[in-house]
Amino acid sequence: MRIFRYCIAVLSLLILQGVSQAAVLPDERVDALYHSYDGGDVQVTGPSVLVRKGISTNWSTSFNYYTDYITSASIDVIIGGSPYEEERTEQTLGFDYLRGKTTMNLSYTKSIENDYDADTISFGISQDFFGDLSTITMGYAEGSNLVGQRVSNNPKVFEDRASIDRKNYRVGFSQVITKNATLGFGWETITDEAASLNNSGVTLNNPYRSYSFGIPGTSRSFAQEKYPKTRTSNAASLRANYFLPFKAAIHAEYRWFQDSWGIRSDNYGLSYVHPIGDWILDFRYRYYSQTKADFYRDMFDFADQFDFMARDKELSTYTSTSLGFSASYEFAKNGWGFIDKGSLNFSYDIITFDYKDWRNACESQCAGGTASPGLEPFYSFDAEVIQAFISIWY
Amino acid sequence: MRNMSLALCLASLVMTGCSSLEPWVKPYERANLADPIMNPARDAVSAGYLHHVYETRESARGAGTVSGGGCGCN
Amino acid sequence: MKFILRITALTSFLFLAVSAHAGAISGKAPDFTLKSSSGKNLRLSDFRGQVVMINFWASWCGPCRQEMPILDQLYKRYGKLGFTLLGVNVEQDSSKANAYLKDVPVSFPILYDTSNGTSKLYDVNAMPTTILVDRNGNKRFIHHGYKPGYEKDYKKQIKQLIRE
Repeated sequence: MRIFRYCIAVLSLLILQGVSQAAVLPDERVDALYHSYDGGDVQVTGPSVLVRKGISTNWSTSFNYYTDYITSASIDVIIGGSPYEEERTEQTLGFDYLRGKTTMNLSYTKSIENDYDADTISFGISQDFFGDLSTITMGYAEGSNLVGQRVSNNPKVFEDRASIDRKNYRVGFSQVITKNATLGFGWETITDEAASLNNSGVTLNNPYRSYSFGIPGTSRSFAQEKYPKTRTSNAASLRANYFLPFKAAIHAEYRWFQDSWGIRSDNYGLSYVHPIGDWILDFRYRYYSQTKADFYRDMFDFADQFDFMARDKELSTYTSTSLGFSASYEFAKNGWGFIDKGSLNFSYDIITFDYKDWRNACESQCAGGTASPGLEPFYSFDAEVIQAFISIWY
Repeated sequence: MRNMSLALCLASLVMTGCSSLEPWVKPYERANLADPIMNPARDAVSAGYLHHVYETRESARGAGTVSGGGCGCN
Repeated sequence: MKFILRITALTSFLFLAVSAHAGAISGKAPDFTLKSSSGKNLRLSDFRGQVVMINFWASWCGPCRQEMPILDQLYKRYGKLGFTLLGVNVEQDSSKANAYLKDVPVSFPILYDTSNGTSKLYDVNAMPTTILVDRNGNKRFIHHGYKPGYEKDYKKQIKQLIRE
């Protein structure tokens, strides 16, 4: 955590320097969003409401209520059990404090599912300096998660399987380059440490998931996955924002990622924002690619071949490509009653997931499947993501 | 300790060395930078959701603009 | 526990920081001539004998917009007592400023510093920046930024300068 310590030192000195002018707190606004994800026989829909209100000239508070209603009949679920429906609710309460050129925030998030509870507390600090051309940010978060599993046919009976402690260390630096350009750099290290409960053997894995073993062309069997107890990941991102002479903007992003499980990934993003009259149009492209985890295989040779064995498609070698579009209509631009302004927004993204070493086992294991076990075609699917939301500034 | 002093040097450079290096974009020249379209996450509710969509389906995590708890995976 | 300790350490650093958004200054207020909203050119030295408040603002700056109606009240209240207010818009393209002023009209003169020459002359290092000039043309008080409550300082300082 050397980089983290450097930043604490630099930041403390910058703050001690004294301040002569002010940054600003986020706008007071309320957003009500409906979201929908549909892909790979998984549907996730629900609302998200975000309210932000100033308490005084130095304090601002925000509250987010977010729900996912999940219906899943994905390949893993069909092979490993039966389709299910569940609900996840996440609530976040946050406080922002502004003093001179320093902004601090503290937030608490609680996420609840039938079989997964997560509590996260997060602290962040941001400091402007050098004529407000530079900003340094730092953040630390601690999360504690409790993983459960359905243990009988009664959908309401669960048993604890594992507890996971997560720590996030974030640093960031952003710089105004010209009147029209900014650059940003971010780094985040995340560590996970799991402990099995009730001798379940479950650590960081999903208790419902299986690895596969057998002889290609002959047979495919399944057994409960075995994951390491810890995971450490590092991510570095670089962002550039550019304001074009004809009043439009371009955003470019690159992220490098690596973890202790042998996964390496890169993603690139490019978006173009174009205002016309009362409308703002957004077009975006994103490309993501990753290599597999060391302990991932579509099919192992035999049961218990290694200490750690997994067959999650998230741990395989794959790419995802997204194309997205948003339209935002602004109304009451110069105020109406207690409203300062408002906007109506619609957004659509299509994501294509292309797996390089994860086979569609359903083609041999599900009813009507005709492929040979272990020789099924590689899987790919498209997902559609829709968002519709209204925002009111007051 | 050597690391600490390195950080101190860096910080003092930022604080004092700037007398020769003036901020080159003045506050009154920020019309374009202050435009909401220059913020890629100008709608937090939407940026946060899209971040969640990717993070639950990809192994990569961190160094994004938002963070939170929970998974909602499977 | 370690988490709480870290937060405490950072917060205590923060409270050591000195916040100075306003202060007394001295020296001649540099003269300038700018085109105004009435179409005429206005010159600072023509207001010698009056207390002048110079407010540097922009339509893209939230605190500036928040402050505008309050500045208008000050102008209406002290205008007859030897006080004037010059709202210097710093935008190169004044169309957004004019659209804003159509919705939120103000009675004091607006000056257009489209070349930013005057902003440079006054070394404007925050938005908004507000400077009070006394009857003899000397800079006396400066405010960086705006937050609700600053108007109390403005009133006190205007009254003090009018009485001199």
